[in-house]
Amino acid sequence: MGFIKAKFNAPGGVHPAYHKDLAAEQPIAEMPLSASLVVSMSQHLGKPAAPTVKKGDSVLRGQVIGEAAGFISAAVHAPTSGTVKLVADVATAAGPRATAITIEPDGEDTWVEGITPCPDWHQQDKKEIVEKIAAAGITGMGGAGFPTHVKVSPPPDSEIDTLILNGAECEPYLTADYRLMLEKATEIWQGALIIAKALDAKTIYVAIEDNKPQAIAAMQEALPAEVGDAQVVALKTEYPQGAEKQQIFAVTGREVPAGGLPLNVGIVVENVGTTLAVWDAVVNGRPLTERVTTVTGGPVAKPGNVLARIGTSCADMVEFCGGTEGPVAKIISGGPMMGFAQADMSGPTTKTTSGLLLLDPTSVHAYESMPCISCGRCVGVCPMNLMPNELSQFLEAEDYETAEAYNVMDCIECGCCAFECPAHRPLVQHMRRGKAQVMLNRRKQAS
Amino acid sequence: MTMVIQTALTIGGAGLACGGLLALAAKFLAVKEDPRIEEINGILPGANCGGCGYAGCAAYAEAVLLKGAPINLCAPGGAEVLGHLADITGETAKVAEHKVAIVLCGGDVSYAPRKFDYNGVADCRAAQATGGGDKSCSYGCLGYASCSHACPVGAIEMVNGIAKVHRDLCISCGSCIRTCPRHLIKMVPYARTIHVMCSSKDKGPVVKKACKVGCIGCTICTKLAENESIKMEGFLAVVDYDKELDNDAVIEKCPGKCIVRI
Amino acid sequence: MSDLAIVSSSPHAHSGSSVRRIMLDVIIALVPALLVSVYFFGWDALRLTLACVITCLAAEALSRKAMGRNLGIDDLSAVITGMLLAFNLPPTLPTWMAVVGSVFAIVICKQLFGGIGYNPFNPALAGRVMLLISFPVFMTRWSEWTLPSPLAMDAVTSATPLGLVKTTIGSTGALPFTFDGTTMLQLFVGNQNGCIGEVSAAALLLGGIYLLVRRCITWHIPVAYLATVAVFSGILWMHHPQQNLPPHFHLLSGGLMLGALFMATDMVTSPVTKRGMLVFGVGCGILTMLIRKWGGYPEGVSFAILLMNAITPLINRATRPRVFGAPKGGKKQS
Repeated sequence: MGFIKAKFNAPGGVHPAYHKDLAAEQPIAEMPLSASLVVSMSQHLGKPAAPTVKKGDSVLRGQVIGEAAGFISAAVHAPTSGTVKLVADVATAAGPRATAITIEPDGEDTWVEGITPCPDWHQQDKKEIVEKIAAAGITGMGGAGFPTHVKVSPPPDSEIDTLILNGAECEPYLTADYRLMLEKATEIWQGALIIAKALDAKTIYVAIEDNKPQAIAAMQEALPAEVGDAQVVALKTEYPQGAEKQQIFAVTGREVPAGGLPLNVGIVVENVGTTLAVWDAVVNGRPLTERVTTVTGGPVAKPGNVLARIGTSCADMVEFCGGTEGPVAKIISGGPMMGFAQADMSGPTTKTTSGLLLLDPTSVHAYESMPCISCGRCVGVCPMNLMPNELSQFLEAEDYETAEAYNVMDCIECGCCAFECPAHRPLVQHMRRGKAQVMLNRRKQAS
Repeated sequence: MTMVIQTALTIGGAGLACGGLLALAAKFLAVKEDPRIEEINGILPGANCGGCGYAGCAAYAEAVLLKGAPINLCAPGGAEVLGHLADITGETAKVAEHKVAIVLCGGDVSYAPRKFDYNGVADCRAAQATGGGDKSCSYGCLGYASCSHACPVGAIEMVNGIAKVHRDLCISCGSCIRTCPRHLIKMVPYARTIHVMCSSKDKGPVVKKACKVGCIGCTICTKLAENESIKMEGFLAVVDYDKELDNDAVIEKCPGKCIVRI
Repeated sequence: MSDLAIVSSSPHAHSGSSVRRIMLDVIIALVPALLVSVYFFGWDALRLTLACVITCLAAEALSRKAMGRNLGIDDLSAVITGMLLAFNLPPTLPTWMAVVGSVFAIVICKQLFGGIGYNPFNPALAGRVMLLISFPVFMTRWSEWTLPSPLAMDAVTSATPLGLVKTTIGSTGALPFTFDGTTMLQLFVGNQNGCIGEVSAAALLLGGIYLLVRRCITWHIPVAYLATVAVFSGILWMHHPQQNLPPHFHLLSGGLMLGALFMATDMVTSPVTKRGMLVFGVGCGILTMLIRKWGGYPEGVSFAILLMNAITPLINRATRPRVFGAPKGGKKQS
């Protein structure tokens, strides 16, 4: 049985230079513990976790140091054993400030008590699986960081028939998921079966872009015999194939309704890294304390895929990859299309840091505020079929009502429009601001 | 000749018919409106600043008459407009105290450097959402002039990279306050001239690193100021505008040089 | 550059396209047509092109300065306006008229509307139409041209093929020449009467293909435009071959190729949606043929495109794509 080719393709899309060769052949390398780890309480979408430790406390690896503060929230665990040095507000990668706990490792890396492996996960029922995922503090590791236990416990009236594992990794430069699929294919499949059980999903697809034939082959080979309806789907290589709604369409032909969720069409999408974390949590009983991050970009001396504890500083990771060669003009947490530019390398990694990308001055693209020349390229490449040209003009004029009527809220901020714009307009930034303002206005109206 | 007459009759007739229709429409489709709304609208300053909480002067005029909105909400109009409104509505209300906006940050480019090179939309809210703003101080004025653009009367000038309100031009509408993502702008009594020009809630050392004219939380001013007219809010000295303060000592003794008379 | 890291909103990657590069590509695409026109019209072609380009650049620079716009002229858009305007002028036109047309195009039609990106009408076409209305005699004074296959009258004419057809059919009710292979070849390479840039369909097609390859234009507008003209004229021709010339004559004569490939595809003044582009092309085609067949002017490309420019915002609104995930066939939000 071979893999299948995706029958559909979502609208729009762009073909940025991929630069995956920088790190694709580098096996995942585990990084030694840093001298200090800064663990943010806001690593996920939703309410930040509530700190449960204070300065001076000693903690063990896997110990809860932040409790989920509500349904859409996730627990945070100590990435290693050591002492809490500071509990204070720091800026997150995305900008807003959030509480973070600084831990000084004791070097022992002692696990907290109560970590019980359960190799035969089949014995666990749906509820136990969901509980374990929630207890492990797993969030979407592709970028958005939606708490996974929420995703795998859909409301009772929704019927999920399909689970899609997102191995598209359409962001240029990033190769973390690619390496995971090559090195951990069996575990990822087990994780997929676990999630499928929790969801009662009959069908499992693994969606991979067709520029990664090795990953497709590896996942194909590891396809477990015990599973009935499971398949590897090769997607056309095009950004943003990894975007949830676009991927669902490409794989199944189902369109998630505007403003709706994948579960509205009976589908849940999980990133392959997240799936591996689920396997680790359910089978090994271990909470999420580390992740693979691609450290890459021209100025990085030895780009690679680094398995690092959550809270490791960007500077330490770059140091682990041989430091920098030549000037660094931009530091990006994540990939070049949707990542967040950082002021410096002092920031810590989080559960969602899929990449750390350094750009030299010649690779940095500068935005200008030129007038739109109505070339229509943004309209052609928008995977949501929006018209970014008009929307950006409404938003420049602060006409939020019209922008809302013209569906600004459907924007997924993928960046295709700004990538193509010959006038170098900061289109995504306009959209972000517009969406934030519309949300604000809606909340105001509601109250 | 017949053609001329024909043409004249046709066109003239069509004109007459249309005119008649318009006249009828004006009579039967007219919207009956309280004439006083128009009158009040004429009295209001017409800046449509939204400071009253209604969408422009016409909306406020309507609200005053139909929804019983208080008549002293028009800050730009001041006592004069209030007097007229009182005459029209027969209501009485106290003139609100004359207040002006002030940007509580003195950290211009010479005092507070940038921490990164921001490239994007020249708007404070956009800049704030991109890496948290490029100013060294995470509380200070970003200087992208959103308040200045929002000001209906052009009373806010950008000086050395920070916003300054010209107090004599300010009509106290509050538009600037709503646009500032860092909530630096406050409405203060016009009569008050001593201000702590800093809004940083950071601890002293952090402030010192970020800005040369920031409040380091030394509390000296709170001790010098009469009857607690300057209070500490965390690590920040804040003027209590409800209490009298006219004391040059607080200005002279401030080690951060952030208390000034304007 | 400072030592500070640059922080911007995502994306941090870019395709490398720029307004300047697009404009440069259009200029490159116009070069074959320019060379052909210099070959056929000699000094006059060069004279008018230089006059228009230099005037446009100067007018652009001065008006931007006067209006306090801090954009330079290095986006090259004024060069294109100048070239396209010149291409739409007859070779005999006095230089000063070309200068007047250029100033009108840049100052009135472009900068007064807000400059690049804001002009509702194609400035070059508006400049051309202004000249046509103001100086009708000069704008229709052509050089001499030898008809390959005349049916009647002289073999030498000083009219454009389209003009000749219009006047001859008007007066005699018959066609002035037969449209055979020789005539077609003449029109195709550019040995015909007309404005300096419009004569050679071959050179224009070459440029058009370059633009398509460089992704500066998409196929939608040119194909819709040319196909509509072909179908419209084909129906007329089949219906009444004595009075109408065949579709390939219509495709190769007048300003159609120049209009369909370079003027109707002007980004600023044409729709942004793919469906809108098709509507725009079809509209241009119908209007062009209506004017050619029944209008007062022998050629209708300029008017057709300008009229369609006027409804471009409406076309954009009407052809807004269905938002991904929005109900199919359902009413779009307005």
